[in-house]
Amino acid sequence: MQTSRLYSLIFRNFTKTYYKPKFGNLNIHKNYFHATRATNEADKTAPPAEGFMTEVAQSKFVKNTREEALNNPELEETNVAQGETKKMNMFQAINDAMRIALDTDDTAVIFGEDVAFGGVFRCTMGLTEMFGKDRVFNTPLTEQGIAGFGIGMAAMGHTAIAEIQFADYIFPAFDQIVNEAAKYRYRSGGIFDVGGLTVRSPCSAVGHGGHYHSQTPEGYFTHTPGLKIVMPRSPIQAKGLLLASIRDRNPVIFFEPKILYRSAVEQVPIDDYELPLSKAEILKTGKDVTIVGYGSQIYILEKAIQIAEKNIPGLSCELIDLRTILPWDVDMVAKSVNKTGRLVISHEAPQTSGFSAEISASIMERCFLRLEAPIQRVCGWDTPFPLVFEKFYVPDAIRCFDAIKEVVEY
Amino acid sequence: MLLPVSRVVTRVAACRGSFLFRGFSSESSSESVKYTLPETSFKTYKCDPPPLEIEVKKNEALDMYKDMVLMRRMETTADNLYKMKLIRGFCHLCTGQEAVPVGMEAACTRDDAIITAYRCHGYTLMRGATVHQIFAELMGRSTGISYGKGGSMHMFAKSFYGGNGIVGAQVPVGAGIAFTQKYLGVKNATFIIYGDGAANQGQVFEAFNMAALWELPAIFVCENNFFGMGTSAARSSANPNYYTRGEYVPGIRVNGMDVLAVKHSCAWAKEWTFSGKGPMVMEMVTYRYGGHSMSDPGTTYRTREEVQHMRSTNDPITGLRTKILEWGFATENDLKQYEKEARAIVDEAAEKAKNDPYPKESELWTDIYVRGTEPDSIRGRECEEIGTVHKS
Repeated sequence: MQTSRLYSLIFRNFTKTYYKPKFGNLNIHKNYFHATRATNEADKTAPPAEGFMTEVAQSKFVKNTREEALNNPELEETNVAQGETKKMNMFQAINDAMRIALDTDDTAVIFGEDVAFGGVFRCTMGLTEMFGKDRVFNTPLTEQGIAGFGIGMAAMGHTAIAEIQFADYIFPAFDQIVNEAAKYRYRSGGIFDVGGLTVRSPCSAVGHGGHYHSQTPEGYFTHTPGLKIVMPRSPIQAKGLLLASIRDRNPVIFFEPKILYRSAVEQVPIDDYELPLSKAEILKTGKDVTIVGYGSQIYILEKAIQIAEKNIPGLSCELIDLRTILPWDVDMVAKSVNKTGRLVISHEAPQTSGFSAEISASIMERCFLRLEAPIQRVCGWDTPFPLVFEKFYVPDAIRCFDAIKEVVEY
Repeated sequence: MLLPVSRVVTRVAACRGSFLFRGFSSESSSESVKYTLPETSFKTYKCDPPPLEIEVKKNEALDMYKDMVLMRRMETTADNLYKMKLIRGFCHLCTGQEAVPVGMEAACTRDDAIITAYRCHGYTLMRGATVHQIFAELMGRSTGISYGKGGSMHMFAKSFYGGNGIVGAQVPVGAGIAFTQKYLGVKNATFIIYGDGAANQGQVFEAFNMAALWELPAIFVCENNFFGMGTSAARSSANPNYYTRGEYVPGIRVNGMDVLAVKHSCAWAKEWTFSGKGPMVMEMVTYRYGGHSMSDPGTTYRTREEVQHMRSTNDPITGLRTKILEWGFATENDLKQYEKEARAIVDEAAEKAKNDPYPKESELWTDIYVRGTEPDSIRGRECEEIGTVHKS
């Protein structure tokens, strides 16, 4: 993670210098490109997991072989079922999805801060060279402008893939996304829409991101009918869900847990495929407790389940990855809770008005008589995302285990 | 796109040539005069002004006159409908500012794009909506231009990307539209309209930057009516010369009360962007006779005398009327006849809209997501409860 952090810090500062050339330093410019090229070479083979999220490296949900990767009912219906796979980490899988999106749609363009150089997390690496500066280009530091600009393009029926460099920077674009993008179809009575808009943004904790490089702001947007919110957990999921998001005829915000960019590595089908939106996935079946999460939190929950099943003999937990947070797959969760009678929900964002509140209320309405224990929410505390207290803030495996124990012993 | 049949019909109507649907038809005529615009018509920044000598065609002048008369009549009637509580919510009228939408449309083709703020009735009319569709929208009827779902600030038509309610938000959206025109290689421009109040929004400058950086066919049009709601330009803007505020983008200040100056400068600005010189900032100096919205009498921050003075010396309709008579394009009687026709069209449209139905309850959850991908229920209300929601 050290490397990634340095990149993000350097690139961010660099960008500010770059757009004011008269104060800039040409040497920085030159070195920058050399650095990019060197990294580009190195990235052709997937780097090993860097071990900063041990839960991912040890996860049973990560598909390490072609057979594991293709042993997936959702992929069986696609044209990759017989195809090849390639070892990719999550930023490479996302890069691959965008390459396919641009290749298959002449109206698709990618823009955002530093994306022409590959982006701070390397997701757009090589795409400018492949598709030209007209289709993959840098914008000024102008999040509100980026969102508005993408909305304008999408209103013309084009495919706009915008990157907001960190989810923490999405707030200047909040008005554009909530008032313009989400309502364009509704307020024009369907004459216009911005279905071609996809906003990608790295989110969630990374170990040391501090206040403005760690937030998971899905909750703000889930309050907005008209948007779709997606968060993948792995390279295979990221590629399929991103392609589906780009092609979905609704504006989609695609949050990418940044800790997974390098640490999650899978055998990813090399061909074009989509995974369904608004459909959750049962990663592990169980009969006693339903556990719901999304994004990188899935691996924390997997570990919590391991601890719980070891410590409470006979316990079996069912783990559900929501994948699409809005509109969410309430049926699958309700069906599971009707079976288990217990529900634990976990996400990194603060608890108050977090999406777990919505899940909890909806399930309480649907499964009231089947519930054996109060629904537990394990979330970030209601504080700004802290720098030095990150380990205390995040809903780690022990806190999740505690909640599982709570519902079992109630 | 899958839409119920009734909707398709209204959309086709909305996209048709406007005159036909407004009940006017102008006989083609090659009659024209040479005219020199007053030197005060333009003031430029970082560019040479357009030539002042123009040719005015008879039927074009008459069409613009008819449009302005119809627009004024429509807004006056909307004012009354609001006071009768038939129009609810927000309502911003463009009485006094008619020359800007009319002159701009005269310089545009239907493939040029226009996007504006919430004072949008005039532009909607010029982009091909009928008076009836606008009234129906204002009254929230299903026959409205946005099927009654938008209201005063949310009207759309072909190549008209809307009335937009959030101050300044339409400006970067317009830059995106202009980019797409450039990307497609079409010879069209986007007129992006905002007010003198919105001129101080950060997004406006973000859009200037992007448009200049990428040399987009974007024409930023600041409609300066001297008051951002109730605050005068001098009290809100460090630099009230809005045509210079693009800094690195050339600009032109235009007498926005003279429809001929507006038309001529808009055509010139389009040529500017087509020649690869990038965007242009236009400042249309204009004046609204009414308040900012229906809840503003418009007389607390300016005097009645000021409004009256502007009406009697600068009115765009009177200005063109004088010229038409001077040039012999029409007689006093002809013009009176147009005004009578406009009144009849507006009265009939208002009457028809009053009797139109409200949108069906099922519209509450249409157009949130693309048809076929919407969730089964929205906040606990199932689609089947209404039974008319289209699932594919």
